[in-house]
Amino acid sequence: MSDHTAADIDRHVRVYITVFVALMALTLITVAISYLHLPLPMAVTVALLVATVKGTLVACYFMHLLSEKKLIYAVLGLTAVFFLALLALPVFTVRDGYWIH
Amino acid sequence: MDIPYTVEIRRDTGLINGKIGIWLFLASEVMLFGALFASYILIRTGAPSWPRGATMLNVPLATFNTIVLISSSVTMVMAWASLKRNRFGTYRIYMGATILLGLVFLVVKYFEYSAHFEEGAFPSTSNFLALYFTLTGLHMLHVIGGMTVNAYFWGPGAKLWKTNPEWFTNRVEHSGLFWHFVDLVWIFLFPTLYLL
Repeated sequence: MSDHTAADIDRHVRVYITVFVALMALTLITVAISYLHLPLPMAVTVALLVATVKGTLVACYFMHLLSEKKLIYAVLGLTAVFFLALLALPVFTVRDGYWIH
Repeated sequence: MDIPYTVEIRRDTGLINGKIGIWLFLASEVMLFGALFASYILIRTGAPSWPRGATMLNVPLATFNTIVLISSSVTMVMAWASLKRNRFGTYRIYMGATILLGLVFLVVKYFEYSAHFEEGAFPSTSNFLALYFTLTGLHMLHVIGGMTVNAYFWGPGAKLWKTNPEWFTNRVEHSGLFWHFVDLVWIFLFPTLYLL
């Protein structure tokens, strides 16, 4: 993002405002859905789906990940693999020692 | 001796050193919070019963804090954009707003924590509260850290703008990346702890 010109920045500012409005709307949607008292699996799915959309918007636009260099993507790709492995560990554990037997 | 690659791009990485440095740091932060989220999953799925966050926590206050933190992310990116547009005065306003919004977040958390303590709800009370205080407490430390760096770039650190504006702009961008990460973590903490 460092090599963008001032003219590009003017265009990006409009995008930032749009993303901000989208994030606000999604926050209100998340809270509204919680008042529907959905069954837990459905509630978890919807809440994490909306949070993922919000997180993606922040990462792509505010953190400029849409226009980053390959090395950054490589670092984040490796991080994602380890992060998912970390989250998967408890899942295997609760399946009655799936890895142990 | 000048610090190398603060402004000019390294040919081998295609990046300035500060950029790759902050992203590597954020990668380690992902693993830190990842470990805590994994602990949350493990403890929650292993528990015979688990309270819904809304029954124990203040959802309207947390919703307000989510709005505050998202707003601070916008003011942060606008501060950086102001420097790119060569508008230092506007940068100061946006960066000041970012710091103030961070402070609002902390004040709201103070009231939330105080209410819990008055009710006799402590980290030792239950697994749910232990996870709540650990996750939100660690997140608050990150908010304080981000605010400290931002305050430095709003105040004494801003002198660099006069001598090397491009380097200063890059520093603000890197500080912003950390701040957006703090916002991103809260985006997942909020539904996980308060709504589910």
